[in-house]
Amino acid sequence: MIKEVARNIPNIEVYPIISLSIFFLFFLGLGWYVFRAKKEEMNRKKNIPLEDETNEF
Amino acid sequence: MEHFKYDNKIVKAFLIATVVWGVVGMLVGLLAAFQLWWVPANMDTSFTTFGRIRPLHTNAVIFAFVGNAIFTGIYYSMPRLLKAAMWSKFLSWFNFWGWQLIILSAAITLPLGYTSSKEYAELEWPIDIAITLVWLAFGINMIMTMIKRRVRHMYVAIWFYLASFVTVAVLHVVNNLALPADGMKSYSLYAGVQDALVQWWYGHNAVAFFLTTPFLGLMYYFLPKAAERPVYSYKLSIVHFWALIFIYIWAGPHHLLYTALPGWAQALGTAFSIMLIAPSWGGMVNGLLTLRGAWDRVRENPVLKFMVVAVTAYGMATLEGPLLSLKEVNALAHFTDWIVAHVHVGALGWNGFLTFGMLYWLVPKMWNTKLYSKSLANWHFWIGTMGIIFYALPMYTAAVTQGLMWKNFEQSGQLAYSFLETTNQILDLHMVRSIGGSLYLIGVFLMVYNLVKTAYSGRFVAEEEASAPALAPMRSGGKELWHRVWERKPVFFTVMTFLAILIGGVIEFVPAFLIKSNVPTIESVKPYTALELHGRDIYIREGCVGCHSQMIRPFRSETERYGEYSKAGEFVYDRPFLWGSKRTGPDLHRVGGKYPDGWHFNHMLDPTSTSTGSIMPRYPWLVENELDTSVTATRIKTLQKLGVPYPEGYAEQANADLSRQADSIATNLMKQKIEVPANREIIALIAYLQRLGTDIKVTETASNAKP
Repeated sequence: MIKEVARNIPNIEVYPIISLSIFFLFFLGLGWYVFRAKKEEMNRKKNIPLEDETNEF
Repeated sequence: MEHFKYDNKIVKAFLIATVVWGVVGMLVGLLAAFQLWWVPANMDTSFTTFGRIRPLHTNAVIFAFVGNAIFTGIYYSMPRLLKAAMWSKFLSWFNFWGWQLIILSAAITLPLGYTSSKEYAELEWPIDIAITLVWLAFGINMIMTMIKRRVRHMYVAIWFYLASFVTVAVLHVVNNLALPADGMKSYSLYAGVQDALVQWWYGHNAVAFFLTTPFLGLMYYFLPKAAERPVYSYKLSIVHFWALIFIYIWAGPHHLLYTALPGWAQALGTAFSIMLIAPSWGGMVNGLLTLRGAWDRVRENPVLKFMVVAVTAYGMATLEGPLLSLKEVNALAHFTDWIVAHVHVGALGWNGFLTFGMLYWLVPKMWNTKLYSKSLANWHFWIGTMGIIFYALPMYTAAVTQGLMWKNFEQSGQLAYSFLETTNQILDLHMVRSIGGSLYLIGVFLMVYNLVKTAYSGRFVAEEEASAPALAPMRSGGKELWHRVWERKPVFFTVMTFLAILIGGVIEFVPAFLIKSNVPTIESVKPYTALELHGRDIYIREGCVGCHSQMIRPFRSETERYGEYSKAGEFVYDRPFLWGSKRTGPDLHRVGGKYPDGWHFNHMLDPTSTSTGSIMPRYPWLVENELDTSVTATRIKTLQKLGVPYPEGYAEQANADLSRQADSIATNLMKQKIEVPANREIIALIAYLQRLGTDIKVTETASNAKP
């Protein structure tokens, strides 16, 4: 039954190309975000696990 | 300021379960290791033969040991990272007891032979449903905690937990779709090549999203904790998270290189596997560089020692995996001990050692004391490391030795070695492997003693008080880049993760299921007869697939040894597929008609009577057990519903047809002076084995005009 449903979707063959483009753009955007991110902000975020208590161990 | 409490009781429960199931799972593994060079370890009972012990071992270490370790780490770290208690205590405890009951039912049903035979998804359908429910409870609890959190930004460890939850849910449901025939037996919704594709999409990503991503999350929390310094690069963690979850899902077909799977799917698997090196090493580099400038502490702190070896083992295994995905390497390595060595570098090194490091850090913390003995922990570290080396090295040697022997030809063009010669060549190495495993287990026993002593020297802190300001509503305005917004939207983040992991599976499955030319039909391939079907179900029950493949790859060394290579169209009635992943014994795809019925009878009763030096267990119960023909009709009907073209009304006549075929085999055996009633299980198994791979020979036999 999956077959019948999928066959009836028009232009199903372009879907992979669309998804590839989406992911390419996604990773470009991600790169841009990471490149632009401020050092202080990143430092604040990466210190989250160490903030929850004093580490006496 | 809001005041709340972190609940350590649930962490303690999971922690104890981790240790207990770890010991059990490894003991079972050790038994399996002994069985591979010392046949009496199979103990001549159906419950304890290798075929049933192997899935028990893999399920116990993956889902019981590693699974409980994941829950331990998540239930400890998540409330602390989000500054909020877990959303529902009921769901937490439902998660705990549900998971332990599932493990218990696995420990009972697998030795009894209830198995779907799909690797790491062997459990039958009622247990699969239970797993889905418990997993869902875990996920809801997690996501609700995120919604109720008091820290705006969700730390990267949380992303890994979330991705693991979402993906494992999808994998588990899709791969286990099956139509039940009765309470403990079902037939896969997929057949042959498609079943193989779905199974290894699952199998590969179970490694990715059960053994890897949750542990990366644990690494991102516990490594900075133990090293008392933040992770090396947060930017790297963002990039490698998305790259890892996006790429991993595509790589499954690398488990099926040179098989009857369409070539394009194989190529896709290889390409994405090579790409995987980058994000995997991103994780390793981030872990190891966290310790930059603090390596002196690694010398003193056993927790860090374990973690450093764990992360290194992760790096080695994730480089080795892509290399094994290269067709040229795979041609030699596949079906040999190389794969076993590879997964154990990951399991013993990465999962085992990271868990041990986490436990050595957690127990003193939760019992508010100091570790009982640092030197004992150091002993554990060194014995465990030696254990990994003594496990992996002999297995690599055995793999290359046997792989090359399989492919070796005499100058005359004959195969140089019989299969048994190659088996016996590596027995000593298997013996050394069990020494490696024993060392590793001794280390674990040292840890158990050390942790128990630690706990008794302190007092358990059931709840930890904490306080934090409530999360203020976001002030509107201000420019923000999109990903930063995602990082504080748990539900949206979950949806995006879901999309990222879905895409690879869809692109692989849709063409494989839709395009007819991917599985060319072969006219002469017919459904199994009722007796053969029973035989096949016995083959599944006894776990034969653990040691015997049914997939002849298109190499001269294989077609000479086993016969014509396997075609996609030959498996269209195989639910589930039984291609196997390891050749401890020879391939069986063309075993049909190769030996007389009597040979199979004697061989199953005592393999050494026909094959001197065989390490196969004996199966005397197959001769004693009567075949249960009461289930024939429902099984045929179930298969009909799945689309297997049995003639209308065959289910009702199936048992008559079955008796006819059984009688003819019993008569045949009689001629070879073997007296056995026709209603025994062995008759069905012989019928199945004699049918294997013969469909494409039908035209020849027809022209030879059998009476």
